[in-house]
Amino acid sequence: MNAHSSRQRAGDPQFSSYDVVVIGAGLAGLTAANILGRAGHRVLLLEQHDKLGGLATWFKRKGHIFDVSLHGFPVGMIKSCRRYWSPEIADAIVQLKRIHFDNPMFSLETTFDRRDFTRLLVERFGVAPPAVDAFFDAARQMNFFDDQSVTTADLFERYFPGREDVVRLLMEPITYANGSTLEDPALTYGIVFSNFMSKGVYTFEGGTDRLIGMMADELRRNGVDVCLRCNVDQVLCEGGRVRGVLVHGRPIAARAVVSNANLLGTIFDLVDARHWPADFLEQARQVRLNNSSTQVYFGIRAGDTIDEEQCGDLLFTSTAPRFCAQSLLSRDVTSRTFSFYYPRTRPGHNRCTIVASMNSQFADWADLPPEEYRRAKQALIDDTLQCLEKYVPDVRQRIDWMECGTPRTFARYTKHWQGASFGTKFEGLAVSRAMPNVIGGLYHAGSVGIIMSGWLGAVNYGVIVANEVDAFLLNNSSQSSFSEETALP
Amino acid sequence: MTVAEIRQAVIDILSDIAPDQDLSALNDEMSFREQLEMDSMDFLDIVMELRKRYRIQIPEEDYPQLASMASTVAYLEPIMKDMPKK
Ligand SMILES: Cc1cc2nc3c(=O)[nH]c(=O)nc-3n(C[C@H](O)[C@H](O)[C@H](O)COP(=O)(O)OP(=O)(O)OC[C@H]3O[C@@H](n4cnc5c(N)ncnc54)[C@H](O)[C@@H]3O)c2cc1C
Repeated sequence: MNAHSSRQRAGDPQFSSYDVVVIGAGLAGLTAANILGRAGHRVLLLEQHDKLGGLATWFKRKGHIFDVSLHGFPVGMIKSCRRYWSPEIADAIVQLKRIHFDNPMFSLETTFDRRDFTRLLVERFGVAPPAVDAFFDAARQMNFFDDQSVTTADLFERYFPGREDVVRLLMEPITYANGSTLEDPALTYGIVFSNFMSKGVYTFEGGTDRLIGMMADELRRNGVDVCLRCNVDQVLCEGGRVRGVLVHGRPIAARAVVSNANLLGTIFDLVDARHWPADFLEQARQVRLNNSSTQVYFGIRAGDTIDEEQCGDLLFTSTAPRFCAQSLLSRDVTSRTFSFYYPRTRPGHNRCTIVASMNSQFADWADLPPEEYRRAKQALIDDTLQCLEKYVPDVRQRIDWMECGTPRTFARYTKHWQGASFGTKFEGLAVSRAMPNVIGGLYHAGSVGIIMSGWLGAVNYGVIVANEVDAFLLNNSSQSSFSEETALP
Repeated sequence: MTVAEIRQAVIDILSDIAPDQDLSALNDEMSFREQLEMDSMDFLDIVMELRKRYRIQIPEEDYPQLASMASTVAYLEPIMKDMPKK
């Protein structure tokens, strides 16, 4: 194992040379750093913000702790956390059993797994059982190599022709979970759906702060050097290879660099354009970012609790007569997801909070002058509150904190271009994967391509890339990093 | 290592990756996926463990060779035959 003693602090890296520098402490960056540290490499993790987690984050207000992206994740997180983190982390993952839908087409409660969806589709929606089975099987068998021209809309039309209500049930949660629409390739839906909806929705007991705290402990155990408030200004390259990073004006040498920063930010902001071949840049320019989000956070007064029976854990609500992924993005919001957090979310911390999430577009918020921005945020809070009143009686009197986050908030804290909540559309994956072929030793790990986003997607992508970096370091073990070859400025 | 020892090395890795699965009745000719609950992350773990334990590098294009026990052992045999047993 390496000799570096690890610590987490604001300030400068301890050493001027590492095997690997990881830029960004989102779930993909954290996981890649952990695996590489555990494998005995000397790893430096640099995060520009003052805490770890990236979009997997939380904040505290007036005794409340608000979780930003803990609405729910797939069961696969248990296995991934057990293997790539620790059994203690895996053991804190629990199922959310009450998922509610309420819209003009239907109102129902489900455990969000294949069996329960089958029951609902057959009993409530009157679909023939063989069609339901055929759909689930087709979705499960989809993989990366399938025809990309088949869209998600085509897939639904094949199994549930003309059934907008069925499409809504099966698609709306996925649109919230990763911003995908009916126009995206069916394979992205199939992969995400079979991961997400076949075995229920899960959460982390103790909240995001506890998870990230446990991850920080694990990084320390594995000798990873963690620095907060360390913005990487540039990735240093030379002769078609990565040489290190520039942070606070100081070069840090590395044999490999993993960027967990936004894919386009990595390519266009962090690496000097002369290091990229023209065709790669062209391919990168074609990559579409995914949408951003708005959120409204409500804190319920201490001592008061929300009725679990009535509200459930997760509520997909909409007043739109029909489902349309595009209208989910509009600033004129008609559809929302509410997460209800009960005292059991953080045993011992006796509070209820409610977080509403909406998909939204950066452009609708980007250029609002201060006064208009303030008004738009207030309008968002007011509308959300009005919607919430339908489910939680007297909620206005029961709340003692309200606040909202916009695409600008997400952009500021994570530096994601356009505040993208879920990385890029499908084509981003190929660009992310191609990076080390273009600049030796430079890797990207972070939400891309729809299928590699969300908590589980980010963790698993961190593992996939760590595996490649580990192989790269083994193959290049004889080569010294540039601190020894060239004098540092 | 002999073929039997290579097979045992793979079994050891599998039993770490999938501790809940019964490997005693494994059919070597049938794909792992058909018999065990394995996904692509599990196959990646096999690759990572082979590198960690035996410093064996398996390029991505060869991953399909790891489909069944028989094909895995056949793939590893030329690489591992000169290694000492661990
Ligand atoms: C509102 C919202 C709700 C969500 N809800 C869910 C949910 O319920 N379930 C789910 O599974 N997923 C959810 N997601 C998605 C999920 O949070 C993300 O897909 C995942 O956390 C992204 O992880 P990541 O590793 O790609 O990186 P990110 O979390 O995006 O982190 C990237 C990190 O890199 C850092 N960074 C960037 N540039 C630099 C630089 N130059 N130098 C140093 N550091 C840098 C950033 O500060 C950041 O910490 C939600 C997302 C949003 C926005």
